[in-house]
Amino acid sequence: MAEPFSIRRQPGFTTIAILCFALLYLPIATLVFYAFNAGISVAVWEGFSLRWFQEAMANERVQEAAWHSFIIATVAALVSTIVATMAALATTRTDPYPGLTFKYAFINQPLMVPEIVTAVALLIVFSRVKMWTGYTGLGYLMAAHTGFCIPFAYLPIRARLENMDLTLERAAADLYATPWATFRRVTLPLLWPGILAGMMLAFVISLDDVVITEFVKSAGQETLPTYMLGQLKRAVTPEMNAISTVFLLLSVVIVTVFFFINRKKT
Amino acid sequence: MTDREAAVRLAAIEARSVSKVFTGFRQDSFRALDRVDVTIRENEFFTLLGPSGCGKTTLLRLIAGFDFPSEGEILLYGKDIAPLPPYKRPVNTVFQNYALFPHMTVAQNIAFGLEMLGKGREETAARVDEMLKLVRMEAMRDRRTSQISGGQQQRVALARALAPRPKVLLLDEPLSALDYKLRKEMQVELKRLQLETGITFVFVTHDQEEALTMSDRIAVMSAGRILQVGSPRDIYDRPSERFVADFIGETNFITGTVKGFAKGRAEVALPGGAVISASVPEGHRPAGTVTVVVRPEHADFTTTAKEAALRGRFDHAVFFGTDTHYHITLADGAPFILRLQNDTTDELPLTRGEAVMIRVAPGTAQVVRD
Repeated sequence: MAEPFSIRRQPGFTTIAILCFALLYLPIATLVFYAFNAGISVAVWEGFSLRWFQEAMANERVQEAAWHSFIIATVAALVSTIVATMAALATTRTDPYPGLTFKYAFINQPLMVPEIVTAVALLIVFSRVKMWTGYTGLGYLMAAHTGFCIPFAYLPIRARLENMDLTLERAAADLYATPWATFRRVTLPLLWPGILAGMMLAFVISLDDVVITEFVKSAGQETLPTYMLGQLKRAVTPEMNAISTVFLLLSVVIVTVFFFINRKKT
Repeated sequence: MTDREAAVRLAAIEARSVSKVFTGFRQDSFRALDRVDVTIRENEFFTLLGPSGCGKTTLLRLIAGFDFPSEGEILLYGKDIAPLPPYKRPVNTVFQNYALFPHMTVAQNIAFGLEMLGKGREETAARVDEMLKLVRMEAMRDRRTSQISGGQQQRVALARALAPRPKVLLLDEPLSALDYKLRKEMQVELKRLQLETGITFVFVTHDQEEALTMSDRIAVMSAGRILQVGSPRDIYDRPSERFVADFIGETNFITGTVKGFAKGRAEVALPGGAVISASVPEGHRPAGTVTVVVRPEHADFTTTAKEAALRGRFDHAVFFGTDTHYHITLADGAPFILRLQNDTTDELPLTRGEAVMIRVAPGTAQVVRD
């Protein structure tokens, strides 16, 4: 009777676990499987083919949407990471003061406010700005994505900063390094894995976004997710499966790199 | 070194009426240093000794520039450095956790300060070699700091701090993370480095033995104040405060009554009636009931009533290898420990409760402030 409580020995544990994994991964496996279908159906297997990958690649609208997704995610990841790095430095390299916790909440607002609220708010504001300026380019999407990417970049950077030994910066200052030299020679190199992790996370989050993009985009501007959403309203072909599969592969690669960067050192 | 030589030596660091009050969000204000005055001489091994929370590390941080005094000034060779940031002070620190840069090699760590000072490539390389040799770490120059042992990290931290030839080297409990044997080795090593480089060392520790063996002078601190400054021998033999006597070494405290006072010596009547002559701290005028300190090794048994300063009853003896401690209860009920070296004699044949008479070596008793 001395055995400690183990959740694994409870009745039904195995069943629930298998069910959860099946529900998570079976649909994705099916999606990937039919991406290689030779036929036009996403439900009836007619043999192996790379036809839908070729068709997706050749589709000019897919190309354009992919380019939009890529450029928006790149800009959003870069800008949000720079902003998040500065925010993380400002909120960790200080003695606690009244309002600091509020500041954390404020920076992480996009994690807490329902996305649809932000989306509607941005739609209203940007439609005014579009009217006043006449500019209807990708800038709005880049700005919106940068905004909601900040907390995703901020969290890993802050975690890294909080684990960093503060005496290292003190030691640098003691050895005649000015605050800027200390940042460049000690803080930044040690923070780098956190910054990279934050940047990749921001990139993936931007790439994946539908709700805010759908509300903010000007007419005819599509990213890959909004293009796919549009296509789903018509007949679905395995082309969607092919695009999704590429998406999946990209995410897995990025998350794997992220994992290895974070595992190294610390 | 004679007192005259000491007087001629320059003051490397002077703290003048330095106070430090910490006030913070969600915490009460705390006075870590309370009007501290101290002078640290050029080329000396100066130790700040005290229990944790006594303000010794705060004082070190003020000298390094990691914190700024609330009041008072800190002079480095006569110049007030209190408002300067750490990177503008010709003072380097060896940190308690060493704080070696983990993304740099041993050699890169040592070169860091020199590079920041804008030294040329050749000068830096030569100095790094010199430092590696000084701390006997030549073989480790291209290792990462995570690939070397604690004792080796300690040496690298020393080399890194000494490389820019600081006017003063600050050491913040640098030996506390090492095991006993390594600590003993590093004590000798530190003393050697200080003598070889001629740099003023300011060493912070809570370990009284470390302080006694290494220092030229010691400042004993408690509750944000410096209680006494002096050579290890001064501090040990002539403690001025009860706290100092208690913190350093083993001590017997005896309550006595002052019968007379002249020329820095007091005639004190001890419990049991005997009157002994005890020295008095400078500037102190004892009167009435006072505390007298007698070190265990300065007492001996006697069978001559005329020699007996104290009387009591024997309790038990504790064997320590090189010496034996005899525990005695004095006439007024206070405990007393007497230490005798185990040379050729066997343990004294005393039985529990036996009446004993204790002689105190002339000139060793000391009146302390309570």
